[in-house]
Amino acid sequence: MNPNKKRLRRTMMFLNAQKPGLIKDPYIYKPDSIMLDLEDAVAENQKDAARFSLYHALRSIDYRGCERVVRINGLDTPYWQEDIRCAVAGGCDAVRIPKTESAKDVKTVENAVVQAEKDFRREEGSVLIMAAIESARGVMRALDICESSERLFGIALSGGDYTKDLQTHITGTGVELMGARQNMVIAARAAGVQCFDTVYTDLDDMEGFRQDVETIHLMGFDGKSIINPRQIDIVHEIFTPSQKDIIFAEKVVREIDDKKAKGIGVFTVDGKMIDIAFYDGAKRTIELAKASGVYKGDL
Amino acid sequence: MINAVGRDIPEEILKRTGKEVFQGVHHFDGHVYRKHGPLTQAVINSEGSKLVDSIHDVLIKCGIKDGMTVSFHHHFREGDLVVNMVMEEIHRMGIKDITICASSLGKAHDPIVPYIEDGTITNIYSSGVRGKIGEAISNGKLKGLAVMQSHGGRVRSLVTGEKQVDIAFIGAPTCDDYGNCRGIGGKSNCGVLSYAMVDSLHANRVVAITDCLVPFPNFPAHISMTRVDYVVVVDAIGDPEKIATGAAKPTTDQRKLMMADYCTKFVVNSPYFKDGFSYQTGVGGASIASTISLAREMKERNIRMRFGVGGLTKPMCDLLINDQVDCLLDTQDFDLDAVESVKDLRHYRISAGQYADPFNKGAVVNKLDFVILAALEVDVNFNCNVVVGSDGVITGAQGGHPDTAAGAKCAIVIAPLLQGRIPAVCTEVTTVTTPGESVDVVITDYGIAINPRRQDLIEAMKDVDLPFKTIEELRNIAYSIAGEPEKVEFQDRIVGIIESRDGTIMDVVRQIKPFEFSEE
Repeated sequence: MNPNKKRLRRTMMFLNAQKPGLIKDPYIYKPDSIMLDLEDAVAENQKDAARFSLYHALRSIDYRGCERVVRINGLDTPYWQEDIRCAVAGGCDAVRIPKTESAKDVKTVENAVVQAEKDFRREEGSVLIMAAIESARGVMRALDICESSERLFGIALSGGDYTKDLQTHITGTGVELMGARQNMVIAARAAGVQCFDTVYTDLDDMEGFRQDVETIHLMGFDGKSIINPRQIDIVHEIFTPSQKDIIFAEKVVREIDDKKAKGIGVFTVDGKMIDIAFYDGAKRTIELAKASGVYKGDL
Repeated sequence: MINAVGRDIPEEILKRTGKEVFQGVHHFDGHVYRKHGPLTQAVINSEGSKLVDSIHDVLIKCGIKDGMTVSFHHHFREGDLVVNMVMEEIHRMGIKDITICASSLGKAHDPIVPYIEDGTITNIYSSGVRGKIGEAISNGKLKGLAVMQSHGGRVRSLVTGEKQVDIAFIGAPTCDDYGNCRGIGGKSNCGVLSYAMVDSLHANRVVAITDCLVPFPNFPAHISMTRVDYVVVVDAIGDPEKIATGAAKPTTDQRKLMMADYCTKFVVNSPYFKDGFSYQTGVGGASIASTISLAREMKERNIRMRFGVGGLTKPMCDLLINDQVDCLLDTQDFDLDAVESVKDLRHYRISAGQYADPFNKGAVVNKLDFVILAALEVDVNFNCNVVVGSDGVITGAQGGHPDTAAGAKCAIVIAPLLQGRIPAVCTEVTTVTTPGESVDVVITDYGIAINPRRQDLIEAMKDVDLPFKTIEELRNIAYSIAGEPEKVEFQDRIVGIIESRDGTIMDVVRQIKPFEFSEE
């Protein structure tokens, strides 16, 4: 398995691949991933120019550990194949498929990625895939999509198109996204992949943004798509485990390791009943704390 | 001769100007000298008016002739009309070889370029120049020298008589017929007249030009009738739209906000951040954002500022409104909120001399704890360049940069690591305007460097969670991204000097060499 498949992806920042000012150093804001967009942000007659700047950016800029995902054009356009070749040749970490509606869509992209890896002499399996779900049909087939490819690290909800398909609109309350969010996060967890929430477009309403992030964090999402570096700190803050959670997780991991050796299955930590089922969750908290730079322990 | 910032100042220019090379920020501490006094014409008669019909007539009354020096202030910023109208008349009269001694010149003064080209204007003293004047100077169009002075350095040169002004033209937002000038009121309200106060004391002739004549006495006068020879009324002295606009909307640029947050975090963790501290900042997006975030921290930590200095903008005046500062000391107003704030009794007008003259008996800048500055370039010796662009063309102004950096206990320069695709942190600045000796901290979007001279600050920041790096590391990052820039090529001819605030030569500016693409 590509070791990056499970990496931390709290924030995935959209950037128009054609804008040098945006793509030259987004890593200074420390998003976990950047999403270099060849699709909606780029005009029809500028697709080739965007690929050109994308390729050279990927080749020449050191993104300092920030994951580089490329959003290709839809499979119903004449652009997506060249987008993939360009992204893979440039050295991207992953491609994002827009408007994914079936496992077949993922397979189609996977085949093109495999070919591009060969063509440009990249290690097989080095390019991951994520699928954006933007329709009711896509949401209903979320589990199929999640289980379609070993390369697929996660799925993302694209709220704008999805709500249009649902014949409603973004309200700011989240009520129109409830079903999709719930269905997708359950499907992703069932398949063991990650799940990312849609963008929040009102940059003047930082309080609304915060509430939105708190909601999806509690729902179990792994991260959020963002459109401006201003949104990064809030997401990271909410996704960073509290010191209380970290200390508890540390105790759980240590106690389980210790008790397991002694053949004890169930015990208590700080008055709470603990068994092996808590182990993975506690480990995840420690890993998240490490990745967020707040873990000072030695686990 | 090599000066204290390592610049080789040619003998030719030392001879020509009679100046010495820069020998360190405190070289002249304790220097004793006698002040220069201007010619003064007594007015004993009771005719009761100093009104003169036109700029033309007043030039004649002042005895304008070839080779004279005329002075101007820049309180009307890019809305100034006074320089152009006076120079146009001087040009029309066929006068040649004029030296302009302005507190600053900007793009508003592009129309005087033809007068540089035809020899009407042959020398320029100014804090800096922008736009077409800068291009003209850097392309060798000015026959004499451009002398770039800091705000404090300019006052010093007038007080010592090193620079003597024949006629000072003072654009006055309101004035009476006897020459009492105020910065407040009228159509061209600019709040204060700090730079002009100095000219009124040291020029041989002082002419007030106003577009708002008010009945005598225009009191309390910012510049007294006792220093004014003549008053001319014109249709407009400035374009109010460009003098002071509504406060700039606080920046939403995350890069600037990030640098502002670094700055505030640095300030609050430094030993000087305590009740009664003092502070000055500029008008750039990051500087303004720092003031806003600092105000938040002050409130949270219950810390009060004793005085703020400026170059003032709304966020500084808000400190006064919100009772977070005892008083403001004002040399210039950058927005309408600052102009309005002048009415507050705790908002004090000060002259450019009180503000920054290094040769008086102690200027306000010496009492500053913090100053937050910007720069076009900073080098690994912490030398800053705020005047000459990385393309070699003069395109900025010293302003109070070297004055406040020299005076403040903690001088912080905020600059993005790359200005476009040009490294702002480099091995050697194109031109030194502020010596690294007085720059303590450089804050960029990629990290913060503390001047190794300030081991005390390095110690104080030991446990502070900020991205500290050495200045060399910052330079290396910049070069790794944008490449090491080739040096700008200049011709031999010296077109200007960067005058240190103490009057010595910090650096020279040479005529640029037109860029040619190589054949390879």
